[in-house]
Amino acid sequence: MTIVNYDPRLVKSKNPYPKGPNDWKRFFSFNTDAKVIGIQYIVTALFFLLIGGLLAMLIRGELITPPSDLFDPTVYNGLYTMHGTIMLFLFLFPILSGLTNLLVPPMIGAPDMAFPKLNALAFWLVPVFSIILLLSFFVPGGPASSGWWSYPPISIQNPLGKIINGEMLWIIAISLSGISSIIGAVNFVTTIIRMRAPGMGFFKMPIFIWTVLAAQLLQLLGLPALTGGAIMLFFDLTFGTSFFRIEGGGDPVLFQHFFWFYSHPAVYVMVLPVFGIFSELFPVYSRKPLFGYKFVAVASFGITILSLVVWVHHMFYTGTPMWMRNLFMFTTMLIAVPTGVKVFAWIATLWGGNIRLTTPMLFCLGGLFNFIFGGITGVMLATVPVDIHVGNTYFVVAHFHYIIFNTIAFGIFAAIYHWFPKFTGRMFYEGLGKVHFALTFIGATLNWLPLHWAGLLGMPRRVASYDPEFAIWNVLASIGAFILGVASIPFILNMVSSWVRGKSAPPNPWKAIGLEWLLPSPPPHENFEEDIPTVLNEPYCYGLDKPFVEDEQFYIEKSLKKH
Amino acid sequence: MNTKIRRIKKSGFSKTYIIIIAVILNIGLSLLMGYWSYSWLPIQASEASHYVDNLFAFETTIGTFIFLGCTGTMAWILVFNRAPKYDESNGEPLEGNLKLEIIWTIVPLLLVLGISTYSTRVNYKLENLGSKIKYDYGAEVPFVEEKKVFDYGPIDVISRQWNWEFVYPNGIHSSELHLPVDKKSNFRLITEDVIHSFYVPAFRLKQDIIPGSVITYSLTPTKEGVFRLRDAMFSGAYFSENQTNVIVESEEIFYKWIKETVKKELQNGLNPAGNLYQKRLRNGNRGWATVKPAPDPKVNDAGIESRPHDS
Repeated sequence: MTIVNYDPRLVKSKNPYPKGPNDWKRFFSFNTDAKVIGIQYIVTALFFLLIGGLLAMLIRGELITPPSDLFDPTVYNGLYTMHGTIMLFLFLFPILSGLTNLLVPPMIGAPDMAFPKLNALAFWLVPVFSIILLLSFFVPGGPASSGWWSYPPISIQNPLGKIINGEMLWIIAISLSGISSIIGAVNFVTTIIRMRAPGMGFFKMPIFIWTVLAAQLLQLLGLPALTGGAIMLFFDLTFGTSFFRIEGGGDPVLFQHFFWFYSHPAVYVMVLPVFGIFSELFPVYSRKPLFGYKFVAVASFGITILSLVVWVHHMFYTGTPMWMRNLFMFTTMLIAVPTGVKVFAWIATLWGGNIRLTTPMLFCLGGLFNFIFGGITGVMLATVPVDIHVGNTYFVVAHFHYIIFNTIAFGIFAAIYHWFPKFTGRMFYEGLGKVHFALTFIGATLNWLPLHWAGLLGMPRRVASYDPEFAIWNVLASIGAFILGVASIPFILNMVSSWVRGKSAPPNPWKAIGLEWLLPSPPPHENFEEDIPTVLNEPYCYGLDKPFVEDEQFYIEKSLKKH
Repeated sequence: MNTKIRRIKKSGFSKTYIIIIAVILNIGLSLLMGYWSYSWLPIQASEASHYVDNLFAFETTIGTFIFLGCTGTMAWILVFNRAPKYDESNGEPLEGNLKLEIIWTIVPLLLVLGISTYSTRVNYKLENLGSKIKYDYGAEVPFVEEKKVFDYGPIDVISRQWNWEFVYPNGIHSSELHLPVDKKSNFRLITEDVIHSFYVPAFRLKQDIIPGSVITYSLTPTKEGVFRLRDAMFSGAYFSENQTNVIVESEEIFYKWIKETVKKELQNGLNPAGNLYQKRLRNGNRGWATVKPAPDPKVNDAGIESRPHDS
């Protein structure tokens, strides 16, 4: 109830769209409301999940038989490059930015983000670079086809010699994506540091906020290296400079350092908010406080700091000297410590709880299960002698899909279901959600578990054809991929029909503790408006009889009234 | 909530037994998985193989123990801690346990220290990588004095988009890599265009080949047979065709092969990518852009493309 001294212009700012906040057209405009931007991000990203998924099924269609028979190998290379690029830069990063936009202001009791216009700019760059990237399918010579690493010299070979080529458009799209993410990161970090509700000290922030802060600081520290590397690559490709070109005395391995200095931490940028989602959801659906809140919170920063000094593990066999391999093996393995703290804390949170297996909880449990597996294969990959055998094989592909899809995308689905009622004001259909979970879990397991064996036996990644001894693992994987394709049907059906005609959602359908659940569903434009709550205790005090905010009853009644 | 706490307290005695049995079962299963893990890998054909496989089995054992420990606990929770329908009460409000949290920070820390010490020792045992010398583009590949001891070599391994060529110290050229068993062979890894990777799964060894650098590399095959050499660093359109065979022979047969091959005339060697590209041109050059494959290598021993391989 305390009134905070925000800049009055911020609280009183008019919604820039003249027809008011509930017009559907606002989703297609340069709207500065973080909740609108969040939904814009999420819907755009889900559209690209479908495109990336379609490409994945084409890839698995080619790989279901050993010879290269469905496409010309050049087409295959373009398809897998675009699959990786779309999934990372057009699906995962945008959808996490979307969730962050939706959740950060309500969770910390802020009316909006610190820089609403920058926020809208960061979003609108997404369709711009997406279109540039998709246009590259139609330029002569086809899209970029050197993998999402885009290592020179292969990426700057430019076979047709044209100035405008797929690789060039790819680099432009990636650089714009980097700029968009840096803008977003500045915004998120500022908002979290400067705009928390009174009483919400750092150790009273929800874990999701901790992980977003850790992830976005990582973006600020790492992204300039990749964006810089991409610009140098652009100069080499287009203007014939020699940053990485051996003809002019450049060094192709230098690019790998620029690339991985960011692109390994990028995985943590994506996985940290998902750890936050797990930490939010496990307490709600087991009705217990998060076990070891402070440890879990600080562990996020342990991951951030360590992840900046692990990148060479992607380069163990590029001629890296022995001492460097040993050093980076050790730093990489150290990441298992803070992640282990989190995993054990989640399991301890579940222990002795009152577990409710709702759709979001199922996705969280499935995600945690897969993450434990993917974490263990991660330590194996960090081990230099093992990595020298399985590096650049399907073992790596299987491992990173276990992290990037089976953990991160699972967490994202959990978050979408969990907060769907809050931001749309509608309940989703539990039955369809469970079908979606079952198909996703079976499909994902069938798709990526068998590929570990293909990799152990020595099947290189990125091949369009392979020796017949790898066929069995690939047939299983392809069936899994097609099941995953089918899994999108109940999801889309659920989301669209629930949003259009689902039961209206109460303010707090899951009986969760958190500032966002004290707001009406959907929350008003400026969240708490003038009645910013004062936070009293740590979050997740389930069963502890400690109110989260001062005068909780006032907010509960207010949220019901608006509804 | 109260009934639940009481139920757990009452069964405290049998719970200790359950935990002991579960841990023993877990240890048994983990050891079994570690034992099985050897069968997931190709034939052991070099001195590196058994070091790598032992390390992998060790990690599989520990990994299985952790995986089953965590997921077994999750399964237990899912069976016994489910909330009855319409029950929205809270669970036990445990906020944390400092002792437990310190234990699960220290134990993984010690574990990764142990694993990385073990693998560092394996690294120093293997020591396949020699030196990496940069040279100017277009200049002759410099001669590099290998400081490490080896029995045979140096063999020049030349990688291209997309074929392999091997040049032996006596000047013979071959499309397949013939090696004497149980002898430490030395290589100079050279690429004429982009980054490639010298990868023989049966040897458990992989080394990238960097344009503008020559890398020296040594390994000892320990088993006779035919093994696949696969390019493991994406190198463009016909990357997946960039494979050849490593033929490990007894010393006697190997030197006989050297002696006979030196008499053979140079002929066109293996170039499956070149053949596919010709086919593509015949079919109207459809598909997306690619650089032209390197011409057929001129070799004394042309090799056999469809030679059956052991691994």
